Amino acid sequence: MKAIVTVMPKPSVLDPQGAATADAMKHLGLESVGRVRVGKSIEIELRSTTEEEKLHEIARDLLSNPVIEDYRLELVP
Amino acid sequence: MKFAVLQFPGSNCDQDCLRAINTIEGASAEYVWHKENSLTGFDVVVVPGGFSYGDYLRCGAIARFSPIMRSVGSFAAGGGLVIGICNGFQILCEAGLLPGALVRNRGLHFICEHVHARVEQHNSPFTNAAWTGAVLRLPIAHGEGCYFADDAVLHQLQLEGRVLLRYCDERGRTTETANPNGSRDSIAGICNDERNVFGLMPHPERACDPLLGSIDGRLIFQSLLEWPASPLRKAA
Repeated sequence: MKAIVTVMPKPSVLDPQGAATADAMKHLGLESVGRVRVGKSIEIELRSTTEEEKLHEIARDLLSNPVIEDYRLELVP
Repeated sequence: MKFAVLQFPGSNCDQDCLRAINTIEGASAEYVWHKENSLTGFDVVVVPGGFSYGDYLRCGAIARFSPIMRSVGSFAAGGGLVIGICNGFQILCEAGLLPGALVRNRGLHFICEHVHARVEQHNSPFTNAAWTGAVLRLPIAHGEGCYFADDAVLHQLQLEGRVLLRYCDERGRTTETANPNGSRDSIAGICNDERNVFGLMPHPERACDPLLGSIDGRLIFQSLLEWPASPLRKAA
């Protein structure tokens, strides 16, 4: 069992990494490229999925910073 | 006045802070390891710069859960003076002791250079030895120093006079080019609403010796020493 936490910068936060990556994609010939945003994905192996509430707490307090990021938690069997 | 200089795994400005503080008359500094949980006997807590926990996850994200940070929270709640420099500023934001967050520099590069910062308010324990409008020359060294807060927070900081330092040029003008990292409103340092917790990206401890090119950083430490007897304090 696994939990996957995806952390993305909030739309209102400047993401210079995403902008630089978009430029590189354009340079490589991807003409249709628009806005690019770079986040991260954290895979957590679990022995059970009974602690979902705790996982949300950790995703909110440790894995992301609500001032600048949003997270999405997904449980995978 | 007794200063506690916190040490986390990856702190690397702790020695500079200790040395800078100990050269100031009336001040003495001691290290406090992050696994300690008491700050009894100290007047000021310094959260120094560095790369606590390798900056993993986000700068300061793991350090904020160190045992000593709980004590820093109650120390601050009791009115104790706390100053966070660079990574220390990031840790204080992550811990919720200061609003906002520090994100990747606008230009993506790690920046290590001397900049100018203007004192926006001398009415604080951290700036009272300077004067409002004073231009300090201080070094910065960071990859994630771009201050971010939403419009409501920025408005409140401004309204309450809690922006203590802004990046500026040598003549004290806040321009786009004088803002090294893209910080919103050119913010280089802010304090909490009680004005006893201060975070700043520039390194005052690296500007306390003429050999290092500037002694403007001394004003910050000097302010802390002068605060107990300051007329500003009585007015507050």
